[in-house]
Amino acid sequence: MLTKEQSGDIFDRIRKLSTADEVEVLFSGGRFALTRFANNTIHQNVAEENYVVSVRVAFGGRTARAFTNKFDDESLRQVVRSAESLARVQHSDDDLLPMPDARSTGGTGGAPVPTRDIPSRHFQRTADVTPELRAEGVSKIVGVAQKHKLTTAGVFSSAEALDGIFNSRGLSNWHTQTLAEVSITMLAGDSSGWQKANSPDVGNLDPLALAETAARKAIDSARPREIPAGKCTVILEPAAVLDIVGFMFWDYAGMAILDQRSFLTGRIGTRLFGDNITICDDVAHPLQTGSPFDGEGVQRQRVPLVENGIVKRVVYARATAERMKRSEYRDKVGPIEATGHGFALPNEMGEMPQNIVFAPVGDPQSVEQMIASTERGVLVTRLWYIREVEPFEKMLTGMTRDGTFLVENGRVQGGVRNLRFNESLIHMLSNVEAMSVPARSCGEESFDMVVPAMKVKEFNFTEVTKF
Amino acid sequence: MKHVAKWALNIAALRGATYADVRIVAQRSRALTTKNGKVGSASDAESVGMSVRAIADGAWGFAASAELGRGAVEATAARAVEIARASARVKQEDVRLAPEKPAVAEWSTPYKVDPFTVSVEQNIELLLKIDAELRSVAGITLAEANLNFNREEQWFVSSEGADIHQTKLSTGAGYAAYAFAGNEIQKRSYPNSFGGQWQNKGYELIHELKLVENARRIGEEAVALHQADQCPEGKFDIILDSSQLGLQIHESVGHPIELDRVLGMEANFAGTSFLTIDKLRKLRYGSELVNVVADARQEHGPGLGTFGFDDEGVAAQCTPIITNGLFTGYLSSRETAHTIGENRSGGTLRAEGWNRLPMIRMTNISLLPGEKPLSLEQLIAATDHGILMQTNRSWSIDDKRYNFQFGCEIGWEINGGKRVGMVKNPSYSGITTEFWNSLDAICSRDEWTLWGTPNCGKGQPQQVMGTGHGAAPSRFRGIKVGSAFKS
Repeated sequence: MLTKEQSGDIFDRIRKLSTADEVEVLFSGGRFALTRFANNTIHQNVAEENYVVSVRVAFGGRTARAFTNKFDDESLRQVVRSAESLARVQHSDDDLLPMPDARSTGGTGGAPVPTRDIPSRHFQRTADVTPELRAEGVSKIVGVAQKHKLTTAGVFSSAEALDGIFNSRGLSNWHTQTLAEVSITMLAGDSSGWQKANSPDVGNLDPLALAETAARKAIDSARPREIPAGKCTVILEPAAVLDIVGFMFWDYAGMAILDQRSFLTGRIGTRLFGDNITICDDVAHPLQTGSPFDGEGVQRQRVPLVENGIVKRVVYARATAERMKRSEYRDKVGPIEATGHGFALPNEMGEMPQNIVFAPVGDPQSVEQMIASTERGVLVTRLWYIREVEPFEKMLTGMTRDGTFLVENGRVQGGVRNLRFNESLIHMLSNVEAMSVPARSCGEESFDMVVPAMKVKEFNFTEVTKF
Repeated sequence: MKHVAKWALNIAALRGATYADVRIVAQRSRALTTKNGKVGSASDAESVGMSVRAIADGAWGFAASAELGRGAVEATAARAVEIARASARVKQEDVRLAPEKPAVAEWSTPYKVDPFTVSVEQNIELLLKIDAELRSVAGITLAEANLNFNREEQWFVSSEGADIHQTKLSTGAGYAAYAFAGNEIQKRSYPNSFGGQWQNKGYELIHELKLVENARRIGEEAVALHQADQCPEGKFDIILDSSQLGLQIHESVGHPIELDRVLGMEANFAGTSFLTIDKLRKLRYGSELVNVVADARQEHGPGLGTFGFDDEGVAAQCTPIITNGLFTGYLSSRETAHTIGENRSGGTLRAEGWNRLPMIRMTNISLLPGEKPLSLEQLIAATDHGILMQTNRSWSIDDKRYNFQFGCEIGWEINGGKRVGMVKNPSYSGITTEFWNSLDAICSRDEWTLWGTPNCGKGQPQQVMGTGHGAAPSRFRGIKVGSAFKS
C-alpha cells in the first residue's frame, strides 16, 4: 500500500510544480480482490492494485481538478498543467473559499475543530486474505448449496484502501481501512434466497451461516403463490430498509435545499415522519465504516438529521454553509455550519450524509416477533431496482426479490410472487409500527447503514410479476 | 506496448496458463458542468494500466496493475495464474473457449473534430449560454448542463497470436431544467435525461444536437408542467418517443439477452433472465413489426456499442435478436457461445477499463425502423385516443426482466389524431413480451436515432459501460398507464 510518507513526498513534488495560489492533493486507491461464483463454480476471480492522485489548484476564485494514476515526474507535471489550464479559464466564483488549514480543519469560524476518535478500521487479517482463503469460503458456501440441492451464486471480496489529503495550507489527513464482504444467492427451481454482510474485519463474517440462511429462504419460498397487489402490512428486513431509505439522504444536504431539489425544502423543523424515527449521521459509530474527513479534509461531525420524526438538520460542506448563511432559507434550516460532509471540489452536488445510523427504539422487536404479531402481511428479504417516481413526496418504485413471503395469522405461510411497489418514503416512515435493534446492513441499491428491520402498515404494492 | 504484453504472456505460459490475454489501456476523459450560471465542475483524468486474464487448471484468473515496469507486469501475470489455480478449487467443469482466428489489426473511431482540441473556454461559453437560455424562463429554479469527452486506447495481445490496437472516442452532452413551485418539482431534459446524448464520434456531435436552440423550449415545458393535468390512469394506446423507447429496449430486450445472465452468472447482483435457452427461435417476443439487432459494426452508426473488436479480440458483428417478432439470438462470448450451439462468439465482451474483467455487455441493441414512410406527426394523426410520452424520468424492472415500470418527464394526450394537451407525471407499466407484442406502428428511418446510454451498471465489482440503442417513435396498444400514481 502507498504510505502517508510516500504520499507526502508526492505532494511536495506536485506543490513545487504548481504556480497556483493554493494546491490540494487527494490520494485514493489500494488493493482489491474479489472471487465470484455462480452455478456452484468460481467463474470470475480478480485482483487489482491502483492508486489515484487528484490535484486541485486555485487561483483566486477559480479552481479545477485533474486526476492521474501515474506518479513519474512527467505525469505529475502533466496533471498539474491540466488542473491549472482548466482553472485559469474559469470565471471567478465568489463562493469559493480558501482551502482549510490544519488548525481549523474546516471550522468556518476559525476555531479549532476537535478531531474525533474513530475505531480502527484496518485489520491485517483482512488485508492478508488470499485467493485460496476466499476459495475455501466459497467451497463452504457451495457445500451448503449442494447439501440442499440448490445452486449458488455470489461474491467473497477483500480490500485494503486508503484516503488521504494534503493541501498547501498545511492540512494533511490520512485514513486506511480494510473491508471484507460476502454476498450469497441460493437458487431453487422457482425460488431464491439471499444474504449479504460486510465488515472491516473478515473474522466477523460467517459465510456458512449466511449460506444456510439464504438456503432456508430459497427452500421456504418455493412454489410461490400469487397474491393480489394492494396496500398491506410489510415486514422489511434491514437490507430492504436501507435500500429504500437510502434514496432520501441526497436531500439532507444544504446544497439540495439551495437548489430547491430537496424534498426537505420548506420542511426542516416539521414533523415529517412518525415519532419513532430518529436518524443521525455518525462516522464514529462502532458499526460504521469510512473516512473521518471529507473531500476538503474537514472532520466529519455527528449530525442529528431526524429526531422523533422531526427533520432537524442537513449537512454542509464549507462553502455551502457560507452560502446558506446568506440565503433566504437561513432562518428555516436549523444550525448552519460546515459538518465535514463535502465532496471533493469542484462539484455541483455539495455534500451528503453517508454514515447513517437509525436510533434504537425503547421496545425493539425481532423479525420473528413482528411476524408473530401480523395477521396478514408480506415479509421482504431485499428490494431491487428502486427508482424515484416523484421527488417531493419521495415516491419510489421497485421490486421485491430473493425471498418474499406471505405472513398470515402470525406465521410465515410460504413464498409469494414478487411484487412491485410505489410508495412514498414520507408515508412509509410515518407508518412504522415496530423496529428491531439497528444493525450494520448492506444491500445493492444504497450504501451501508446501521438500520433496523421495520414493520410498516399500508405499504403500497401496485403490481405482481410472473415469478 | 507489445513488448509489455509479451512479458506478461511469457510469464503466464511459464506458470502453466493454457490461455492468456493482456490488455494495456490508456484512458483520458474531460468533464465540464455548469449549474445556475456557474461552472459546477471541471476535471481532466487519465488512467493507464494493464491486466492479464489467464486460464490455468481449466479456470479463470485475472490480475491488474497500474505499473508497466517489467517486474510489476510479470508479477501481475504470475498473480493471474495463481488466482486461476485458486478458482480451479471450486469448479464443475473446465472453461471452454469458442475458436477465434487471431486478429492482427488497427481500428479507431471515425471522427471529424477531436473534442480534446476544442478549448475549455469555448466549451464553458457554450454551457453558460445554454444555462442562460434555460434560466431566462421565469419559474426555472435550477439549470444544469454537461459536456463529456472520453478517449480509450487499447492494446490487446493474446497467447493465440491476436494483436489489436484500438482507439475509441466518445462525446456526450445534455442539460436539464428544474421548476420547483408549491409542493412539486418538475424537470425537463434535452436531448435526453441523465446526461443527454452520447455517441462514439467527435465534437461534431455537439454541433448536431442544437443544444442552445432547444434550451428555451425545454425551460418553458418544465414550467408549464406545473399547470398540466395529471396523466390519466387506465389502459391507453401509447406512443413513445425514440429516447424513451431506447431505454425500453435497453431494459426489456438488451439485458435479458445477455447470455451470462441467462446462464446464472449474474444471479447474485444484476439478476437472471426469463429468456431461458429453450426459448431461442421459439418465443414470439414481439409483434411481426419487431426487428431488433445487436450490431457493433461501424455501419450501424456511431453508438456507444460500436467498435472494431471486443475485449477478447473478436471482430464486431451484427446478431439478429428479434426477427419479425421471433426471438432469434443472444449476446455471447467465447466462453458462452457453445451453450447455444454456436461455434463462434458474438463478440460482446467488454471491460470498463484496464483494471476490470471483460464481461458480456450490450453493443448497439436497436429496433429497426419501419419500412413504410411514417413520421411522428403522421403516427399521432393516426391515433384516435392515446398518450405520447417523452424523455425518461424513472425506470425499474424486475430481476428476470418481466415486469417493468417507466416514468417520463412529459406526456401529451392525443384525441382524434391531435395533441390536445400536456399531461404531467406520465408512467406506464407491463410485462415485457406482452408489451412488445402490442407494438403496431414504428416510424421510419428519418425519425430513427441511435441513442447512447453511458451508465449501464453490471458485474461485481460493478462496471459502468456505454451502450447504444437505435429507435424510432412507436405505438403500443392497450398499455397500463398511471398505476404508479394510483392512490
